Amino acid sequence: MHEKQRLRRTMMFIPGNNPGMMRDAHIYGSDSLMFDLEDSVSMAEKDAARMLVYNALKTIDYGKTELVVRINPLDTPYGRADIEAMVCAGAHVLRMPKTETANDIIECEKVIAEMEKKHGIPVGTTLMMAAIEGALGVINAYAIATSSKRLIGIALGAEDFCANMKCQRTLSGAELQLARQTIVLAARAAGIDALDTVYSDVNNEEQLLYEARLIKDLGFDGKSVINPRQIAPVHSVFNPTEKDITKAKKIVAAIKEANAKGSGVISLNGKMVDKPVVLRAQRVIELAIVSGIITKEEVDAL
Amino acid sequence: MKLVKNGTAGTMESCDILVQVEKTDGKKVSVELDSSVMSLYGNKIREVILETVKECGVSGVKIVAVDKGALDCTIRARVKTALLRACESTEYGWNVK
Repeated sequence: MHEKQRLRRTMMFIPGNNPGMMRDAHIYGSDSLMFDLEDSVSMAEKDAARMLVYNALKTIDYGKTELVVRINPLDTPYGRADIEAMVCAGAHVLRMPKTETANDIIECEKVIAEMEKKHGIPVGTTLMMAAIEGALGVINAYAIATSSKRLIGIALGAEDFCANMKCQRTLSGAELQLARQTIVLAARAAGIDALDTVYSDVNNEEQLLYEARLIKDLGFDGKSVINPRQIAPVHSVFNPTEKDITKAKKIVAAIKEANAKGSGVISLNGKMVDKPVVLRAQRVIELAIVSGIITKEEVDAL
Repeated sequence: MKLVKNGTAGTMESCDILVQVEKTDGKKVSVELDSSVMSLYGNKIREVILETVKECGVSGVKIVAVDKGALDCTIRARVKTALLRACESTEYGWNVK
């Protein structure tokens, strides 16, 4: 199985029929790359995009970047072939678009398992994520999030969601508030990641930062991006601050001290540190390490 | 695979290659190549095209390709897509090798 738990601050969309973007997509530092075989590819080019992504994944060394492929739904003529090709190409995660019910995931998982068996790949290797892009999907978010052990996360697709809801996207994001909160709640309850929708105006960094801060405050793990220029602003929001890290280091040192004394009670500056505070501090330290802000050795030396 | 019509795949965008395949009489495979990196990589591109045609088990074909600096994996993908289209085939040949 590919790595299920990992940092997913940014997931960059790469149109599946664009070899120019595919070639060096990983150098910009997005945590995940999402090759798209669905909406960004016209009907006439579905076969070409599938063949291109298949060959790219088998040939190009994308380093440690997570490789996600958005496939076409199973009820289209392309879904099964997309799954077989991407399972063979070694895609880490298959993203299911327009997920409305748990059954959508269960049916896809059956096909993935069938293809893994057919090609001698251990069953369970290929992970999945579900994009929720309509009212029914939001209502069924928890059932979807718990429908398969392969799921690494659920994501909101805002454009289709707004079309389905007969509303427009606004700067405040009011139209997405309930969907975002429902998705993050379902993801947390299921123990998987919650990933936010794209912000498509690449020239408006201020609004991108606003959205990134909003979804971080709601509890999301990361955001989809459509351009390399959007990666650094989103990471800047998700990376812990110097102040957060200093505080977390003190708490981690206090944990170590308590463990060394064989004490079950952790105290800092004469005050007891509660378990949720400990968990948050550990999360900050993990994030700071994987973001490259501090090293594991620094933490070990505390 | 047997060609039943002409097939095309790819684009003239940078990093891509436009591949057209035409059915010819006999078993000969010929390649007509124009590339923005012809002097450096012309022979290599031709080699990748011929290898892909061979892997697909196709003969009696003329390949006309206009390369705009495509990687080998893009060349393979475009040649195979053009051939599959020309053969009206769905023998994609997915494998884990």
